[in-house]
Amino acid sequence: MARDRTPAGLVGAAPEAPFEITFDRRTLTALPGQTIAAALWSAGVLAWRTTRRDGRPSGVFCGIGQCYDCLATINDLPNRRACLVPARPGDVITTQEGHGHAELSV
Amino acid sequence: MPTRSSADLIVIGAGVVGAACAYYAARSGISVTVIDRGAVAGGTTGAGEGNLLVSDKEPGPELELALLSVRLWRELSDLLPPRIEYEAKGGLVVASDEASMAALRGFAARQERAGVKAEQATVDQLRDLEPHLAPDLAGGFHYPQDAQVQPALAAAHLLRAAGGQGSGGVRLRLGEEVIGVLTGANGEVRGVRTASGDVRAPYIVNAAGSWGGELARLAGVGLPVLPRRGFVLVTEPLPRVVRRKVYAADYVADVASGSAALQTSAVVEGTPSGPVLIGASRERVGFDRTLSVEALRRLAAQATRLFPVLAGVRAMRTYAGFRPYLPDHLPAIGPDPRVPGLLHACGHEGAGIGLAPATGLIVARVLSGGQLPLDIEPFRPHRFDAAG
Amino acid sequence: MPNSPSDEATDDRYSALYDLAVIGAGCAGLAGAVAASERGLSVALLDAAGQIGGQFYRHPAPPLGAVRPQALHHDWSLFAGLRRRLEASDIVHLAGHHVWTVVREGEGEWAVHAVTAADGTGERPARVRARTVLLATGAYERHLPFPGWTLPGVVAAGGAQAMLKSGLVLPGRRVVVAGSGPLLLAVAASLSAAGARVPAVVEASGYTGYARRPGVLAANPHKLMEAVIHATGLVRRGVRLRTRSAVTQVHGTDRVEAVTVSRIDRDWRPLPGTGRRIACDALAVGHGLVPQVELATSLGCATRRTEDGTYALALDALQETSVRGLWAAGETGGIGGADLARTEGELAGIAVAARTRGRPELARGGRVRELQRRRDGMRDFADAMAAVHAPGSGWVHWLDDATDVCRCEEVSAGAIREALADYGARDARTVKLLTRAGMGWCQGRMCGAAVACLAAGAGAESAPASPERRPLAVPVPLGVLGSLEPSEPTATPTGPSGQPDAAGPDEPGRPVDGRTRPSTAGPCKPAD
Repeated sequence: MARDRTPAGLVGAAPEAPFEITFDRRTLTALPGQTIAAALWSAGVLAWRTTRRDGRPSGVFCGIGQCYDCLATINDLPNRRACLVPARPGDVITTQEGHGHAELSV
Repeated sequence: MPTRSSADLIVIGAGVVGAACAYYAARSGISVTVIDRGAVAGGTTGAGEGNLLVSDKEPGPELELALLSVRLWRELSDLLPPRIEYEAKGGLVVASDEASMAALRGFAARQERAGVKAEQATVDQLRDLEPHLAPDLAGGFHYPQDAQVQPALAAAHLLRAAGGQGSGGVRLRLGEEVIGVLTGANGEVRGVRTASGDVRAPYIVNAAGSWGGELARLAGVGLPVLPRRGFVLVTEPLPRVVRRKVYAADYVADVASGSAALQTSAVVEGTPSGPVLIGASRERVGFDRTLSVEALRRLAAQATRLFPVLAGVRAMRTYAGFRPYLPDHLPAIGPDPRVPGLLHACGHEGAGIGLAPATGLIVARVLSGGQLPLDIEPFRPHRFDAAG
Repeated sequence: MPNSPSDEATDDRYSALYDLAVIGAGCAGLAGAVAASERGLSVALLDAAGQIGGQFYRHPAPPLGAVRPQALHHDWSLFAGLRRRLEASDIVHLAGHHVWTVVREGEGEWAVHAVTAADGTGERPARVRARTVLLATGAYERHLPFPGWTLPGVVAAGGAQAMLKSGLVLPGRRVVVAGSGPLLLAVAASLSAAGARVPAVVEASGYTGYARRPGVLAANPHKLMEAVIHATGLVRRGVRLRTRSAVTQVHGTDRVEAVTVSRIDRDWRPLPGTGRRIACDALAVGHGLVPQVELATSLGCATRRTEDGTYALALDALQETSVRGLWAAGETGGIGGADLARTEGELAGIAVAARTRGRPELARGGRVRELQRRRDGMRDFADAMAAVHAPGSGWVHWLDDATDVCRCEEVSAGAIREALADYGARDARTVKLLTRAGMGWCQGRMCGAAVACLAAGAGAESAPASPERRPLAVPVPLGVLGSLEPSEPTATPTGPSGQPDAAGPDEPGRPVDGRTRPSTAGPCKPAD
């Protein structure tokens, strides 16, 4: 029974044409109007950052921009909240390691 | 029912200065009770950046205190756990133009005669010392004696170590406010009163930081401790982007200033835990924590002027602290002749973390009758009395 | 309604002096903005999101082409009505504006400072000036940690709801919903309607608490109906409600594979030997909501302790805070839901108009009395609900030392307990100074409640003495901060003014000039 219901079906969504983004070099399909986090969830991806101390995987927790667990490197800019940033065609998302600023280290 | 307990010494204030007093006193066999109305490091210590600086000080009594403290912090860093984040990282004072560089040269020469190590750095050397520094600076001075510590952890671990082997014993009474100073027939100190009872001791040390003036009043004496507000900006976590404590030469003038107006000259430094700290503004506005957008703007502008790479980095938080200072910008350290048994150890302004060990050592030596490590006459607590 | 991209900081949307700046475009903010605008005020409406609606009326962006967004919402028509009135007004809607501070700029004027873009990474600062400010910043979710709560697949209950409402996505196919509070039923209903299997809703409180306040319940039939509707839907889909229970362990290596649900006593202490494993691939968890009040407390607004141990703004009968010229509505004044938020927003909008236009009679009319009556009834209901779901102190017994309490800085419960037992920490602030718990990106929003409870458990004060202080409500790029217009410092340099406050610099401090009303309530209330 549950298999028949989907979020899109529930609200009668008829999205505009999907586009491609990449996550760690893997091509994924995103829908216009989705955030990066939503696009990653759609593809079954739940984690896109490793934490600074323990390197444990992390993704969306609070979902509303408050917890910063979902920080990702998007188009080479680290520490962007994937739950807030809208997906755009061609976006390149990479798993962020720790603080995401390794290039600044002296 | 009120409780009674006793010790040789009561230290009022569990900040870094109180912790250092307790540490050195206990190490000389004195039994110590530390009382604080809040927690360990709950006041100015918790708002500090942990600067252990000689570079910003003119030759004089404060510099002597700082030079001794820098040596003591190095000793302590061997005894205390690495978690206090002691780093002998050195300071780097930079000049934006030739005129400022010339002034800095004169300042450094005077400091060197007083025992400070100061090494001139050319523009090229600046880049080696700090690769992210702005390229258009005129030069600077490297001060290898400057160091850093995480102030709250340093205070907590000093207090822990104070009760260790060979100690006279340390008791902590947190969350207890001193509401009175007990005196004997001749006006001599007999202890203190808190809401939960009396604590007896023949000596008390006022290490109450910003509240040092109030505590002196409880003991019946005047000590004009005033608060000077400072904001510190804290960035998102970064790798090591800034290696040393870096600041512009104007900082020295701000520290020495008696002006009430807002002064900012950013000191920029990294921390082992990641964030870069940018401090600190200085202004006399009483105990007012209201955010000053202008203070933050200036700190951010100056920090990004020194390190352009920080422009894209986010400030995650900011906090205000109140630096306790006395009108001549020197702390009050040592016995107060107006009340036998009362000692002061407060009014260190923005340098309390740095000056804590020397202050604690002096207090311990006064109490144990040992030789004083330096002349404490300039720090006498009654110097602001008409007759003092 | 003028509405345009927010990157340009030079246009006249930023040079005007508005009668009212509303912060937050959820139920409360929208209602306040249209009420004030319809009474002739010039209004700027700032919100972090790209679309209005706040958390409750979060909905898919237009390109997703949802023809039935109401399927995920109650009372969608009420929102649609507010939206129509906004569109018909001349309110300046500033979307993508993340407010980081509000400061007084002289007598009777406020400056609202914001960073822009979807996640606040815009390169130019934005400043809006207004004579009055309405704080309608809503709430965030309260969390209590448990072993395994950092595993991918564990998401906030409200977070799962938000991702579904806006992105039409689910965290898994089989989702356990757990924690405490009325939000859980709504979340379970939404997830289930959207196709997820919800094997259980795990609620730490007993719903029997509601029965003790029959008068309050009878006065709020709409609220009751909501619960009944959720409950019927859930029963029809085979969802089991387990009360007096909690998830005490999450299992899995890379992601959630199962959870252990244990029975807990009235004090939320887990009962040994009662653990039952439930297979699932995601867990949606939350323990109530926390009012988002840092903009107000930075300005010295007084707060009150709520029945479940959070801090809300103390407001007068017309929604004004203790600081003249600053109003608040909705969750900032205490958690109470969308209906209450809308009521309070309208009330505040009318009150601001009455003050600003010098027409006090506007605030004495029949509409105002009607709104006040409704507000008071709903506030009573909200208080009753908060009391029922207030966390008991026993939950700390399900927290082992190895589990991270602070997700940002990865600070374990063991490290926090050590700071309290051995290093002289006594409250959330000194725990933070000694362990870094609460010092990370989220500034303690996720771990603050838990750290305060751990501090209370160690024998210190039973609850924080004041709300957390966060002078920067959101992170601000240093380049943006440095490029603000220079100004004279507004504070007057003086000698010591007033008494030094006991709290240190770094939250939770006592609000400047603020008063905090004591309350004996939780979090971590002892068993009653």
